[in-house]
Amino acid sequence: MNPDNSPLPILNNEPSSRRGMLKACGATLGLAAWATVMKPLVEWSEDLNVDEFLQKHYRELTPEQKTAVFRRLEQDTKRDYGADVTISDPQPMDGVQYGYALNLSVCIGCRKCSEACHKENNHDRASNNSYIRVFEMEKGGIDFEKGDATYDHPVPQPDKYYMPVQCQQCENAPCVTACPIEATWQEPDGIVVVDYNWCIGCRYCEAACPYHARRFNWEKPTIPAEEINPDQGYLSNRVRPQGVMEKCTFCLHRTREGRMPACLEACPTGARVFGNLLDPESEIRWVIENKRTFVLKEELGTRPRFFYFFDE
Amino acid sequence: MSKPRFIVSVSIGALITMATAWAMQVRQADIESPAADAAATASVPANGSDRFAVVIREPQAPAGVETGQLDRLGQPIRLACRSCHDVLPANVRNAATADLDTFHQGLAVQHGKLACVACHNQHDGYTTLHLADGSSVAYADTMALCAQCHGTQHRDYQHGTHGGMSGYWDLSRGPRQRNHCIDCHDPHTPAFPKMYPAEGPNDRFQPAAQESVH
Repeated sequence: MNPDNSPLPILNNEPSSRRGMLKACGATLGLAAWATVMKPLVEWSEDLNVDEFLQKHYRELTPEQKTAVFRRLEQDTKRDYGADVTISDPQPMDGVQYGYALNLSVCIGCRKCSEACHKENNHDRASNNSYIRVFEMEKGGIDFEKGDATYDHPVPQPDKYYMPVQCQQCENAPCVTACPIEATWQEPDGIVVVDYNWCIGCRYCEAACPYHARRFNWEKPTIPAEEINPDQGYLSNRVRPQGVMEKCTFCLHRTREGRMPACLEACPTGARVFGNLLDPESEIRWVIENKRTFVLKEELGTRPRFFYFFDE
Repeated sequence: MSKPRFIVSVSIGALITMATAWAMQVRQADIESPAADAAATASVPANGSDRFAVVIREPQAPAGVETGQLDRLGQPIRLACRSCHDVLPANVRNAATADLDTFHQGLAVQHGKLACVACHNQHDGYTTLHLADGSSVAYADTMALCAQCHGTQHRDYQHGTHGGMSGYWDLSRGPRQRNHCIDCHDPHTPAFPKMYPAEGPNDRFQPAAQESVH
């Protein structure tokens, strides 16, 4: 292109060698990479601190580190929401596998469970978020295409039945497999949890879940201080940061202390049955052994711990 | 502790457990297993078992009937059942308040084809209820009356799968409170009422949520 090998007139300097060109390219790339890596430092803001930046995965935290993290999060909640909360970390009990069953014959679709979940789990008030979506279904089949989760009229309607859907705590959970960074996993008692501080918000798990049970925090949750539930678990109902996934944990901050989940206590019809699948005397076992029980989308092989059943 | 003494204490513990549990209407299933360690772990639960109680609210006998009049202090005047029912003979055909000339007016009755005296006991001034065989049942034991016809519901109830509850799923850690039949089903109009649903979560593609989406 430049047959006489003279310098380009506009540059008017020494002819560039191949080596020089490569060096320049390398330096440019290096600078760009360095700038990208350092970008978080430039965008450093008040709600991002060094401890949070360097915090390890939940399962790698020592007890001392856990304590420090929980205290820090409590202070953050105090600063951001003005509420005094206690963040605990109840552990799975030995010999306990949780199971949940729901009686479709008596559920009337009143959404009290959804509302209780909203309050118990410190959900965003603006979106009225909840881990439970109640479908008004056409009788005669389980066709979610014909289901309506946004109904707004007195219930129950005579030609409908109602089907609350929440996390099924699958034994073979697609969301856990989908997560690229192991921010979500299954605990020994069967509950699938999320380390909200490890999650990067890629939403792969949301796409992987066949039950549409996972939620994304599009915005920082807004909750008035007096409405914040102060009884919080690190892996369950603590106020989630913006940009992370969240999901039903069977209220593990309650159930691992032996209490019922909030949605069960709120149910006015007694459609919900909760208990230990390994205890042959438990109510949940009686349901599975004596009622016509099924799981949602059984053909997918997710093996849910959430069962639906009918009375005769 | 020597073996005979241990067995004696365990037996006493078991007896106390069962007696207390019966008094508190604990379901049989909840007290069968733990009786053996009752003596060893008689720590937290009040009834001496290692299981907390399942408490069911007991219905109260009605405190007479309202006359619709107020006394000088503005309190409603109530009349004891016996005031009328000791002298007036029962009409066993009465099945609706429209059949009555006085009192109980406006009480909605929609419970199959049952007449008043199908459940209310006319033989003791209506202070108790009675079973199908005529034996009287205190208001506190109403469930035995309901169970006569609603056997499947009663069976489910006994297995903890009918009716709302709160408290602990793990009875070794705390007590449980359960609804009685009549907490949800008015005995006179037992069908569970229709209600307006609580507000559900806003789906992002739902019209109501459009404003908050940036």
